[in-house]
Amino acid sequence: MANLDDLYREIILDHYRTPRNRGELSSPPAIRTEGFNPLCGDELVIYLDIQDDVLVDIKLSGHGCSISQASSSMMSAAVKGKTIDEVRAAIERFKQLMTVHETTLDGNGEAPVADLRTMGELAALQGVVKFPVRIKCATLAWNTLSQGLDDYGVQGTGSK
Amino acid sequence: MSSYNPRRVRVDTPLLERVINGRPITYLDSASSTLPPRPVIEAMARYYELRHANVHRGVYQTAVEATDVYEGARAATARFINAPQGMDEVVFTKNTTESFNLLAKSWGAANLKAGDVVLVTEMEHHANIVPWFQLRDQTGIEVRFVPVSDDFRLDVSDLDRLLDGVKLFSFTAASNVLGTRNPVKELTRIAHDHGALVALDAAQSVGHQPTDVVDLDVDFFCFSAHKMLGPTGLGVFWTRAAILESMPPFLGGGGMIADVRRDGYVPADGPTRFEAGTPPIAETAGLTAAIRYLEGLGLANIARHEDELTGDALKRLANEFDGRVRVIGPADTVDRGGVLSLDVDGVHPHDVAQVLDQFGVCVRPGHHCAKPLMRRFNLAATARASFGPYSLTSDTDVLLEALGSAVTMFA
Repeated sequence: MANLDDLYREIILDHYRTPRNRGELSSPPAIRTEGFNPLCGDELVIYLDIQDDVLVDIKLSGHGCSISQASSSMMSAAVKGKTIDEVRAAIERFKQLMTVHETTLDGNGEAPVADLRTMGELAALQGVVKFPVRIKCATLAWNTLSQGLDDYGVQGTGSK
Repeated sequence: MSSYNPRRVRVDTPLLERVINGRPITYLDSASSTLPPRPVIEAMARYYELRHANVHRGVYQTAVEATDVYEGARAATARFINAPQGMDEVVFTKNTTESFNLLAKSWGAANLKAGDVVLVTEMEHHANIVPWFQLRDQTGIEVRFVPVSDDFRLDVSDLDRLLDGVKLFSFTAASNVLGTRNPVKELTRIAHDHGALVALDAAQSVGHQPTDVVDLDVDFFCFSAHKMLGPTGLGVFWTRAAILESMPPFLGGGGMIADVRRDGYVPADGPTRFEAGTPPIAETAGLTAAIRYLEGLGLANIARHEDELTGDALKRLANEFDGRVRVIGPADTVDRGGVLSLDVDGVHPHDVAQVLDQFGVCVRPGHHCAKPLMRRFNLAATARASFGPYSLTSDTDVLLEALGSAVTMFA
């Protein structure tokens, strides 16, 4: 049985109660992207200030559940100040973390997830996979960020 | 003579034997879907075991029996809602949503032109909004809304003006979010005085209170079997025979035709004109069983019981949690059904529902397919608990215990 403590780790509740990088950036020049979770009504707006291939600043507004709010807050802390390549790589790592493996659902052993050591606080969101309907909550911010980079044609140097 | 005892209904409902996360299930999501009792499940199993065949086709014994099952359900449904011309007025659809699509895309497209107005309300389910927007985008009709006031009831102060030019007033008997029961007869009388027809979304009422379309005097009536102890996949569309006969076909294909030639087709008469393709047959056996089961309990008895449960829950929710749990809906049981939309201060409905699940409590988090209403009250979502004929005050006990845990966890 999936334990609720796996989902609501203290670090997640901390980010939910005191979210990082809340606010707005004037757009333009900042990139503004909206994300929606049509099932639960969550809405997220991400503002990205990108200069010389570096995500100089990121701000978030909107509303959502503890998982989506914590995930977006942790994401903002993880990607702020990183190069676009590093941001893209972080998005990929996180999506891998959120991939459901049959073994995880059966509770038979651990799934082959991304290297948690490189993920810092984000590793706390690993427990979300045990609650499959909540994965969409955790990935909303990351998909929105990815969409923002795509929409505005932001390419990392490595992806040219 | 009806003999209603919710504990008996509980014993009849196999799903209520489930244990979830180590606790007996506390099912409080009947506004989403009700749980079928054994007679409904058995009627469908018996159909497949003994009678299954396609309907309206074969002359062999089981095919005749299958057709009897299907048409018998139509007759039972007609009696259940008191259709004046009987089964010839009852169309089977997939669900309430499809019934509204039938109304908009058949009757609406044939009878409404640019500038005509369809009046709905701010508390409608998307099923009674989106088909009208689709028709608007095609033909240029106007879709107008009756607002909802701060007391969670329709604001009818301006109704006469809103009804000006309205061809159809389409509204819900009971809100799936607020629990509010609308004054159907009164609204219908006023709409008729303005020359408008009336369509009623009865999805939230048919399983919880008696229904009589003659008494209500509405012109169209839509509901789903699975919200009245029946199976999913089966809905009902009712209208007066005179209107039904004038409506063009909806979906095209087998079963809905009188004749097909290389240069065209002639649609069938009566309800079958709207039932293209092989219909849900076993489900109609389930619906008949559900109707008999509900009639055995007595819908007035169910209404009284759910009223008591709702009054008790409203009182206890108001007294506990120091105001941290707010009910989005009328605070008393006057003209109100057993739907309790909860807004827990500082806790997102998804998180509320997740914690409740640990206690085996089933509630529905989300916008309940009523986004205009949620926007009206500046909410993205609520956690909704709702009662059915098998609900008991002990369900409310567990709900409150679990809510206490959610409030503490996110404090």
